[in-house]
Amino acid sequence: MVDALFASSEALLVMRNTIARSPREAAPVSSVDDARASYVFARFRRQWAALTGADIGADKRRVVERRLGPVMRAHDVSDLFELTLLIERNGNEALIEEAIDAMTAGETSFFRDRAPFEAFRARILPELMAARGRERRLRIWCAAVSTGQEAYSLAMMLDEAARELRGWSLEILGTDISGAAIETARKGIYTHLEVQQGLSTTHLLRYFHREEENWRVNEHLRARVAFGRFNLLSSPAELGAFDVILCRNAVTSFAPEAKRGVLERLAGLLAEDGYLFLGDAETVDEAAPCFIPTAHPSVWRRRARPRPRLSLV
Amino acid sequence: MKQVLVVDDSAVIRKVARRILEGLHFRTSEAPDGKLGLAECERMMPDVILLDWNMPEMDGLEFLCALRKMPGGTSPKVVFCTTENEVGHIARAMHAGADEYIMKPFDQNIVRSKFQEIGLV
Repeated sequence: MVDALFASSEALLVMRNTIARSPREAAPVSSVDDARASYVFARFRRQWAALTGADIGADKRRVVERRLGPVMRAHDVSDLFELTLLIERNGNEALIEEAIDAMTAGETSFFRDRAPFEAFRARILPELMAARGRERRLRIWCAAVSTGQEAYSLAMMLDEAARELRGWSLEILGTDISGAAIETARKGIYTHLEVQQGLSTTHLLRYFHREEENWRVNEHLRARVAFGRFNLLSSPAELGAFDVILCRNAVTSFAPEAKRGVLERLAGLLAEDGYLFLGDAETVDEAAPCFIPTAHPSVWRRRARPRPRLSLV
Repeated sequence: MKQVLVVDDSAVIRKVARRILEGLHFRTSEAPDGKLGLAECERMMPDVILLDWNMPEMDGLEFLCALRKMPGGTSPKVVFCTTENEVGHIARAMHAGADEYIMKPFDQNIVRSKFQEIGLV
């Protein structure tokens, strides 16, 4: 109904100007303000979902305004409405990128949640090594890698299996929608707090060195991981096939249709016997036909694709 | 419920550490320096020791070496918790028999993470 009241952005601009000229003490203005704010936020949410896949809750307006406030101020954007119009018109690429960076600053840590990494080390890696004994090649994709900790955690695990993996071609690709997060991941520089979340002191001493007040991943480990920007709503076909894909805690905020699309595209890139890791609270419900559950609740195996039938003519 | 001995010359740090550890369901006791810490261990050997480095009387590293020579002194897990955050210090502590190392400032997440590393949480 609110949408119907303000059918176009131009109408809303008129409304905004009218409100700006109206005496603030007039009682109806605040209800118009509320209606306008709701309309603007609904429109922003639609644009944001189209841009990133994330389905922001209708009750998150204050959170969004708080996160995007510094970005809007830095770009002289007056409010969420103006930002929405800029996103719709792709009017300011740098601003949109910074908004994505601000909105997607997610929680991450080395060996986050532990159990999936333990499953990878104890069961999945040995199984894939046995299955790939001939080609001696493994490709792993961290599809929502944020600031890189997940990819480096896997690189440490592969390094610990270096003797068994001698002569193998090992690729770890880390991607994220946020350019700022990827830049941090590439540098591999972390604070005291970050290197003490999930990382043992043994790993810290073996794979990091001090760089001024921070800690940096050693060169030989950084060289094993490639990072790049990637939006999960895009087609990943050019990335090639993977034996393991981790997409943890990324699609949880997506609308069901967007989530299904992402999971189906990931399934399309997984090897026949490949594995998908999601976040602990995530499921493949929307794309259930593509995956088979495993003993570990956040790990799925790809279901074999039906073979095309030969038609006899 | 496991027993943690907090050895630190700062009363504030001991208080903060005890609050965090009790939040993680440990029983706690405390000592303000290494010598009194060892006396506490003689009285009752704890399961875990959260250990500062720089203290009067006996520093953390001396405490650790003496502890490991005591009867039953190899059993407690020792987690350093200190402002000494150079690689050399950390390596010396681990080489001397520490199980984990926390760099101050710390919070509950860090304590939980480090205690998880050594199977205590």
